[in-house]
Amino acid sequence: MRLTCDVVIVGAGMVGAACALYASRAGLDVIVVDRGPVAGGTTGAGEGNLLVSDKEPGPELELALLSARLWTELADDLGDLFEYEAKGGVVVAAAAAELAALDRLADGQRAAGVRAEAVDADRLRDLEPYLAPGLAGGFFYPQDAQVMPTLAAAHLLRVSGARLSAGRTVTGVLRGADGAVRGVRTDRGDLHAPAVVNAAGTWGGELAALAGVRLPVLPRRGFVLVTEPLPRRVRHKVYAADYVADVASDSAALQTSPVVEGTAAGPVLIGASRERVGFDRSFALPVVRALAAGATRLFPFLSDVRAVRAYLGFRPYLPDHLPAIGPDLRAPGLLHACGHEGAGIGLATGTGQLIARVLSGQAPELDLTPFAPERFTEEAV
Amino acid sequence: MNPLEWAGARPGPAFAVTFDGREIEALPGQTVAAALWAAGVRSWRTTRGEGRPRGVLCGIGVCFDCLVTVNDRPNQRACLVPLRPGDAIRTQEGTGHHD
Repeated sequence: MRLTCDVVIVGAGMVGAACALYASRAGLDVIVVDRGPVAGGTTGAGEGNLLVSDKEPGPELELALLSARLWTELADDLGDLFEYEAKGGVVVAAAAAELAALDRLADGQRAAGVRAEAVDADRLRDLEPYLAPGLAGGFFYPQDAQVMPTLAAAHLLRVSGARLSAGRTVTGVLRGADGAVRGVRTDRGDLHAPAVVNAAGTWGGELAALAGVRLPVLPRRGFVLVTEPLPRRVRHKVYAADYVADVASDSAALQTSPVVEGTAAGPVLIGASRERVGFDRSFALPVVRALAAGATRLFPFLSDVRAVRAYLGFRPYLPDHLPAIGPDLRAPGLLHACGHEGAGIGLATGTGQLIARVLSGQAPELDLTPFAPERFTEEAV
Repeated sequence: MNPLEWAGARPGPAFAVTFDGREIEALPGQTVAAALWAAGVRSWRTTRGEGRPRGVLCGIGVCFDCLVTVNDRPNQRACLVPLRPGDAIRTQEGTGHHD
């Protein structure tokens, strides 16, 4: 059978774009296909965080550190194009108990290679002059950074040289008589390739199902509130200690914890909410109200600032909050690169490089066992 | 031809507002943008990056291009804010906030 390319990547979001970049650099001929436009899903509905600060020691933090290094390399050439800012993160604690918990977290992170500097209460306002008074203290994470995610996905796709086929829906995964993946069926013809990468984000479970395998990716809804453009008053990514706990939580109920950051374009972005409500796109005033209240607790000046809009996205989460990265032994030729929850922009570069290594037969830089897509097989549906 | 005639509108008596200190006339129910257009003003904001002129683009509150300072409050959408007697409209430069 005539092959269309070496790899079909399904999903033109941030992760798909990074997979395309590193796979192309490894010499592979790549086609990226997406039913919508570039960055039309979760990528275009987030904040563009590249964070190490919110991750507990373990495989996700290792992936975050690898990714942070790769983002820095990419930013040398392309950083201005996608608003890369090595701004650093500031995590603040309202009370002594929270600060002690942050201290323990920072200790473990340092052992893994994270830089984390304790900041005394009286020095917090040197870092962030508009912070509320009376906070117990915090930590500064110089490796935290930010990009404008839609631009980042678009520019990575552009420089990859991969062929992009947007507005094209994958309707099936082609399998050979031996069970191996042979490409994808789309609403505009088949694409034949010996490898298919599932970078479909929150919809990665649907793509897996087309290949006959189960991958329990589910949506977790998050709102972001956007203010009018302001002069730079929030210098870092600033968030409250309880955000770390919310990120790791299994609760289905609404959780909000203030996450505040300025952007290169001027508006301040305010997150973060997490809810498990399926793919419900309806506006939720109580959520946005809670976001605003949390942000003004951290930065009182925001109470006089106008919010101009809010947007929402569906973060793809897997039950253990780790992404699925690597080959699927149940469907030879299928690789997964999805399920990064709220960290997909940051983790995209490392994911892309790991996938490219596997595709080109090299040893990946990290052990892929914790990310194995088959790890949920035993679990009850 | 005045559009008031096409619409058969009979608004209440006009009142005075100011634009950068200059008095202009507004009608009850008129938005900032409508009053400025009626006074021949097409641009009342400059962009943050390059200082380029901006006025009404969409005219229905979606695009946030027509931002203007009214009564010292910046970044209000001129196409949505109705005028009241004595309102002070000012040209907005950049973010409209000063640090």
